[in-house]
Amino acid sequence: MKVTLRVWRQKDGNSQGKFEEYAAEGLNPNMSFLEMLDVVNEDLIEKGEEPIAFAYDCREGICGTCSCMINGKPHGPENGATTCQTYMRSFKDGDVIVVEPFRAKAFPVQKDLVTDRAAFDSIMQAGGYITSRAGSCQDANAIPISKEIADLAMDAAACIGCGACVAACKNSSAMLFVSAKAGQLNLLPQGQPEKDSRVVNMVSAMDEAGFGNCTNQYECSAACPKLISEEFISKMNRDYLSASVKGLFSAKAL
Amino acid sequence: MILDSKIPSGPLEEKWDKHIMDGKLVNPANKRKYEIIVVGTGLAGASAASTLAELGYSVKAFTFHDSPRRAHSIAAQGGINATKNYQNDGDSVYRLFYDTVKGGDFRSREANVYRLSQVSANIIDQCVALGVPFAREYGGLLANRSFGGAQVSRTFYARGQTGQQLLLGAYSGLSRQIGLGNVELFANREMLELVVIDGHAKGIITRDVITGSIEKHSAHAVVLATGGYSNVFYLSTSALNSNVTAAWRAHRKGAAFANPCYTQIHPTCIPVSGDYQSKLTLMSESLRNDGRIWAPKNPGDKRPADQIPEDERDYYLERKYPSFGNLAPRDISSRSAKEVCDEGRGVGETGLGVYLDFKDAIDRLGEDVIRERYGNLFDIYHEITGESAYQQPMRIYPAVHYTMGGLWVDYNLMSTIPGCFVLGEANFSDHGANRLGASALMQGLADGYFVLPYTIPHYLAEVPREPAPPIDHPEFAKAEEEVVNRTKALLENNGKQSVNSFHKRLGKIIWDKCGMARNKSGLEEAIKEIPALRQEFEEDVRVLGAGDNLNQSLEMAGRVADFFELGELMCRDALAREESCGGHFREEHQYEDGEAKRDDEGFSHVSAWEWKGKDQPQVCHNEKLEYERVKMVTRSYK
Amino acid sequence: MNILHVLFKSSIGKKITMAVTGFILFGFVIGHLSGNLQIFAHPDKINAYAHFLEALGPGLWLIRLFLLAILIIHVWLAAQLTLENKAARPQGYQNQITLRATLASRYMRVTGVIVLVFIVYHLLHFTVRVTHGPEAYPNTVLIDGTPVRDVHSMIILGFQNPLISIFYILAVGLLSWHLRHGLVSMFQSIGWQTRTWSKALNKIVLAVCVLYFLGNALIVGAAMSGQVRIQNPQVAGYVCRTDCEICGLRNAATIAESDEAASDNQS
Repeated sequence: MKVTLRVWRQKDGNSQGKFEEYAAEGLNPNMSFLEMLDVVNEDLIEKGEEPIAFAYDCREGICGTCSCMINGKPHGPENGATTCQTYMRSFKDGDVIVVEPFRAKAFPVQKDLVTDRAAFDSIMQAGGYITSRAGSCQDANAIPISKEIADLAMDAAACIGCGACVAACKNSSAMLFVSAKAGQLNLLPQGQPEKDSRVVNMVSAMDEAGFGNCTNQYECSAACPKLISEEFISKMNRDYLSASVKGLFSAKAL
Repeated sequence: MILDSKIPSGPLEEKWDKHIMDGKLVNPANKRKYEIIVVGTGLAGASAASTLAELGYSVKAFTFHDSPRRAHSIAAQGGINATKNYQNDGDSVYRLFYDTVKGGDFRSREANVYRLSQVSANIIDQCVALGVPFAREYGGLLANRSFGGAQVSRTFYARGQTGQQLLLGAYSGLSRQIGLGNVELFANREMLELVVIDGHAKGIITRDVITGSIEKHSAHAVVLATGGYSNVFYLSTSALNSNVTAAWRAHRKGAAFANPCYTQIHPTCIPVSGDYQSKLTLMSESLRNDGRIWAPKNPGDKRPADQIPEDERDYYLERKYPSFGNLAPRDISSRSAKEVCDEGRGVGETGLGVYLDFKDAIDRLGEDVIRERYGNLFDIYHEITGESAYQQPMRIYPAVHYTMGGLWVDYNLMSTIPGCFVLGEANFSDHGANRLGASALMQGLADGYFVLPYTIPHYLAEVPREPAPPIDHPEFAKAEEEVVNRTKALLENNGKQSVNSFHKRLGKIIWDKCGMARNKSGLEEAIKEIPALRQEFEEDVRVLGAGDNLNQSLEMAGRVADFFELGELMCRDALAREESCGGHFREEHQYEDGEAKRDDEGFSHVSAWEWKGKDQPQVCHNEKLEYERVKMVTRSYK
Repeated sequence: MNILHVLFKSSIGKKITMAVTGFILFGFVIGHLSGNLQIFAHPDKINAYAHFLEALGPGLWLIRLFLLAILIIHVWLAAQLTLENKAARPQGYQNQITLRATLASRYMRVTGVIVLVFIVYHLLHFTVRVTHGPEAYPNTVLIDGTPVRDVHSMIILGFQNPLISIFYILAVGLLSWHLRHGLVSMFQSIGWQTRTWSKALNKIVLAVCVLYFLGNALIVGAAMSGQVRIQNPQVAGYVCRTDCEICGLRNAATIAESDEAASDNQS
């Protein structure tokens, strides 16, 4: 099969970018989208043109590195799939495919289709953890956790940090990511001591990073390759409200 | 070169405790004066960096990814072993130790493996405390499953994403330390050279892959947790950016490289579908708990699976290994699949595949139970192949998955370069010639959380307490110059062929001649072909773009250049090891029934190779493996 | 942590404030509608109710100022959020597609702005009473003789003009649509939406919005179509019918008195 690509090319973060058109020919429907880009790049190298930079690593849908906006949807047409797990059989022969980087103020483009998602790390550094010193932990079975809670925490933990939620949100909001990370830990008994400070600190780091606000449209959840539910956003809102109200009345140690 | 494993004396059970007591400590007030570089932020690197920072050391963590969370540990699916014996089925520290030594075909260090088994239980405690959402029973206690060749259920898991959850746990701890300012994170930095001053590792040279700037970093010690080298095969289950460069640069600076020929082929991967393929995808081995592996009895039987009657199917693992059946260790399962395909009984378009059939399990347990257990794996399979494993058997074929070989380390995880420590898959230490399922995650975290933090003071307390060397030291300048020159040479080469095309050709040589089965003549050919190909690469590789911004071809070119040298060494090692053991199967050394034939007299040793300069063959040093406790037996899973 | 900072500066806080102010305004419009539905009862009912409210005096003003403040906060934050959201993506996509966002959610700003314009007009029309001449704002007396504004007739007169009526129906429709997303969103923003009952919530909100719209449309429709009629002999368009009780209960003099009283009040 054969398709036409309209790809965003941008030399680096300081340059202006523009769309370039490339013909991708001799494709196999069982190729992944990234393998198709590999083929295009080999052709470009052959022609002496610089290959398209795109983010990739594991190519099995778990590392969260790949991040293309394909025909206006993060990761392409399939639901619950990353770019690397999108296959050419999802397109028709002769299609024109528009490929852009994930765009947001908090995710500056570094080159072509590669965006900097370090803002997610800064949110995690602000509170996305349970403080637990190696060697100081009690037995793993000391606190039973109901299967329902463990499963729900796992649903949140499935987040691969790819940023599709931000890319899909018309406001570039990171609420789904942050709520998945905070939600996982806030659900678990181990996460309770830091529950309030965690949600408050992560949300303020999120705000500082320049993400937009949630308008409850849930494009994030629809674009999420792991289909993480917007319910976690609701939970984060609840946790945030409760932390703020508690903050008003809590006793302070001297 | 002297290989001193520094294994403590005394009974096996007491070695580790004794070693901890015997070692020197660093005064808490002095710890922050020690700077430690940790390269790699996978399970081993992230856990080591965060734990060292917790202890008070000044840590700099490096990753070539944009975030520490993307390291390839994330892709491990199946689980992590630990000797909790929560299932009351007779597991113990000794049993996991014995299983690991036996699984490694008696080519690992007894003391290291015993320590690994001892600390395994602590890992689970630590991970649960960090919020890792392991699978649980309805009563709220942790669930376990039996995994890859184990007869007890000691594997903890988090759906099919155990590696991801463990890595995110370690990453969260690391993130906390970064937030506190105890760890300085250098993301998007690829380590391109190790700096050795007066024989001690004192720093690294990195390239910022976004800006292209070459940077110098000094420290009191350098910890490499940079993963394995499966990508030398081009197609493997490793992430595409996984590479050997950091380890290889250390090797070239004097770190011995041990057992490079020990590579593990994973039996249950999705077969290759075409030559455009960039990556192989593994289906967790846990599938073998309920799936039955078979191939048609008759060569060339191209009927669809459901039209092949029961008596024309060969459930070859059950037939050959009645007690372990479909759960036979990875190397045995893989090789059996290869044999079946070599006999012309392979399935699928390419003939390189066998069936993994869930029909019996679905009949017995119902589709819902199978969906609950393996739903996400079946989804992955469907995503990639477009076939439903509920309706028809999966097709699987072995693929390279893990490399047991790596930089030689002593009991303290220090390489032959003092001050250079190596953790996780990058070292050679714990798995011998073959790794058991669910043990990689265990080793990575054991090294980072519970071994290195105890052993690194042994070194630091010995070296003079003075600041880390300044980065204007001549050795830094020299190392930097090497990097700059290599980069420049690649960019200015002006050849015709892409990096990828060379990588593919190298991978094919290694897979064909140093893959699942090796023989003398093939290896000798490979040893001739690889340097020739390397030469061609040096003359004709084409790297477009510039060095001052993101240039993925340039990054890959540097890695492939190192793969050439490594690939050649693998073949030399495989050629020198005139026996079959674990992941290393020499066709000349097998029993009549095709079983691997070990030579404990001649080869019960670690082969550690010393770099002698470009275009010079490395020299092999042997570390004799002493078994005080375990009696070596022929590994039998019949 | 400063609660004002949380509610007006943090992203989630702003959404919570939007939800709470939105809820108060929702409460108001529901109350407003229930008051207005009295138009279907005896004219005295709604007239007495209006009189009661007006008699609250400073209390009424407190309520009005409170509602105005709430409205301002709601609109101000909406504007601020909109600007921040625009700034969060300086460069847009070439062809982003919508995955599951409802139309109501996508047009919140449009519906919000139109409703705001409508509110201004509505206040000028029925509260400040300046959009029409004095004949549109008649007075009357209650059955007990209290002189009051004839809100009943005023409403009916107000909807004699089809253009105005259509504008009202349209605006109320858009408000209902605004509430369609706003109400569900409110539960999400304060964290009360869970998987367990989000479907039910969605249906309840839909029903509430439809009922709210129908309630309002019914008033306008009934006034336009003559289903409710002016029952004040002083007002143009009043048609005395034989079955009418009003003339029997009131005489022209009382009506004249009440007119004076009402105009005194007004000045």
